[in-house]
This record gives sequence, structure tokens and C-alpha cells, in this order.
Amino acid sequence: MEKLVANHQELTAKVWRLLGEVSDPEVPVLSILDLGIVRGVKVTGDEIHVTITPTYSGCPAMNVIATEIRLRLLAEGFPNVVIHNQLSPAWTTDWMSQAGRTKLEAYGIAPPVDGTATGHVLNLFGKDTAVRCPICKSTHTHMVSQFGSTACKAHYQCDDCLEPFDYFKCHN
Amino acid sequence: MSATLPEPTAAAVPASAPRSLFPFVLQLADTSLILAHRLSEWCGHGPVLEQDLAMANIALDLLGEARSYYQYAAELEDQGRTEDDLAYLRSAVEYRNPLLVEQPNGDFAHTIVRQFLFDNFHYHLLRELKDGPDAQLAAIAEKSVKEAAYHLKWSSEWVIRLGDGTEESRKRLDKAIATLWRFGGELTTPTETEKGLQATGLVPDYATLLPAMQAHAEHVFAEATVPLPTAVFAQLGGKTGRHSEHLGYLLSELQYMQRTYPGLKW
Repeated sequence: MEKLVANHQELTAKVWRLLGEVSDPEVPVLSILDLGIVRGVKVTGDEIHVTITPTYSGCPAMNVIATEIRLRLLAEGFPNVVIHNQLSPAWTTDWMSQAGRTKLEAYGIAPPVDGTATGHVLNLFGKDTAVRCPICKSTHTHMVSQFGSTACKAHYQCDDCLEPFDYFKCHN
Repeated sequence: MSATLPEPTAAAVPASAPRSLFPFVLQLADTSLILAHRLSEWCGHGPVLEQDLAMANIALDLLGEARSYYQYAAELEDQGRTEDDLAYLRSAVEYRNPLLVEQPNGDFAHTIVRQFLFDNFHYHLLRELKDGPDAQLAAIAEKSVKEAAYHLKWSSEWVIRLGDGTEESRKRLDKAIATLWRFGGELTTPTETEKGLQATGLVPDYATLLPAMQAHAEHVFAEATVPLPTAVFAQLGGKTGRHSEHLGYLLSELQYMQRTYPGLKW
């Protein structure tokens, strides 16, 4: 019995490790664990249940991510994978790992500044979030548009080095 | 509406899901889908690149939301129809979206006024639905309300820019308000079906949304220096299947592939 429990834990840990090797197709520098998309892993008999949550409702990466999870696990000999899509609790950038944030900035995308979600919608023309330029590290930047190259990012420009850059919006 | 892959996800539907919610969930789905389609028509035609991207982003959020509703509606109906069947194989008279969202894009001011009327209702409705008694509807709303907040901020700021902008922008905004305001009332006018569901508490009473919607509209229009229209006639029909001519043309494009090649998969 003890051995069975140990095997079970080992197996679960292995699945988590493999999921850490699946990257986000839109932001390949991040794994799906860095992003906080994987909400749970459960091994029952020979089935592996993986629960994922979308970042934004229309995120077109979700189907690709589900396929890549299947392929990664299949390659390690796990053909019976059940993927559950969970909407609640809704994804938040609070679930993004510290390692993920560091990787994101190194990749050229400013990581989310916590506690700066849209806030009250009556706060029209509110002050832009102070975001550090991922290239020259200046905080002298401005938002060009709340909507960027993907649903999860806003479009910013640095006023010092003048480079445009993506900012991974705080979402909670 | 991905016909691409065998659906990889299994929506978690509570066993006690109330089937009476089906027409309401379908109405929400149709509404988000039709507006998403209208916004997507701007793709590549926006007045500036950033706003072109903004409209594509909002369209994508609404499309994602529509998919969640269609998947849930298909489960509730339990007649073997899929989300794709519901979106692609129903005719205009079967669609239940309010008239507002099928109105053509017109110029940018028309698109903004249409969006503002919708967002102001949508955001406040989702805030109620996310705390509602139906778990799946609450989960979809909890997810979507965060996105709807971005949308409402965007359309509100554009009403202000256009209203308090140049003589030309103001003229266009006034014209758009004169054309579209009559379609706003349908959003908060319940149909017999909605009244029935409101009586059971499954759907929020729209009267409770009105004070917050009115307060927001007053704030935005004051900033825009535009008088807020009052006591406007409400043109009804879409939510009971009586649509304007525009919807047929929209659907003929949206449904073209499935109608021409039934069962087509990418």
C-alpha cells in the first residue's frame, strides 16, 4: 500500500514536471506553469486528468495548449489524458510565477505590475500604470493602447529609448 | 466555434442545470457572437492601427464568451446539437440577439455608440450574473466581466473624445446617437421568457441594473459635453426573433462555409 501511494505521488510529480516543459504558443519563453494556466493534476487508474483555465475568454492558444499537453504526455507513455476546462475561479496574473516574470522581461515583454488592474470603470482617462521598459529599464514610458498584440497585453512606448514594447496587463 | 480539433475540453455542467435557462443562455450567446462579428468587420479597416487592434481584441473576447454560452446552451438543450450547430445552422428568425448588435458598423462614431450602449448593459449584467444562482453561468460571467470592464472603459473614453473633440467628430457622434439610441431600450426590456426567468431568480431583474447604467451614462455624457437622450422610444424585436434586414446579410457571411459545405471541418 505504501509503495502504491509513493508511486502515485511520483507519477503526479512527473506529470507536473512534464507540464513545465509545455510552453505557451503565444509567449514561447513561458511555460504553462509559469503562466498559472494549469489548475490541477489528478491521476486515477491509468487516466491523467489535467485542469486548465483560459487567460482570456477568447484566447486562441487554449486548443493548441490542450493539444501540446496531450502530445507531451503521450511521448512519455501516457495516452489517456483528460483535459478539463475550468472557468472559475477566473485566471489572474497573480498566478504568474516569479520565474515567469523574470523570463518575460528578459524576453522583451514588461511583466504585470501587481495591483494595477483596470479598477473602477468610471476611472476614465486614469493615469497609466508606471511600467518599466524591458529594454532600457527606464520607467519613463506611456501607454499607447490598452489593447495590444494579444488579449493579455497592452501596447506601451518608452519615452527614453523610444522603443515600443508589450506590457503583460495586470488582470485580477 | 473551432471545427479544427476534436473538442479537447469537457465543460463541467452541474447535474441540476436548469434547462429552462436554455433560451436565455442562447440569447446571450447570439448577442455576443453577432457583435463580435460586426467588430471583426473592422479588422484591417480601423481609423488607426491601435484602434483596429482594440476592436479585434474586443471581438475576440466576445467570441470567446459566445463560445462558452453556446457550449453551455448545447448541454442544457441536450438534443445532440453542438455549439457549432447552434451558431452556424440557425436562421435569422431563430436568432435571439437584440436589434442593437446587428446594426451595421457605419462610421467609427456609430460603432462607438453601439458599443457604449452594449458595454454599459453587458458590464452591469455580468456583475449580477457572476453572483447568480446558476454555477456555470456565474463562472462564465466571472471570467467575462473582467474583459467587459476594459470594453466599457474603451467605449466610454471614445464617446468623450468624439463628443468633446472637433466639430466634425461631434457632428458624427450626434448623428450616431440619433440613429442608434432607440435600440438601447431593448437590452433592458425583458421578453416574456426573460420575465419568467426573472420571477424564478435565475436571471437578474433588469430594473436593478438601471441606476448604475444611468449613473455611468450621465458621467460619460457630461464629460463628453453631450446632452444624454431621455425618454427615447425603444425599438424591440430581436430578442423575439423579429430582426432587421441586416441580420440576414450578416449570417449569410458568418455561416457561408457550413451552409455551402455541410459538416466541413478545418
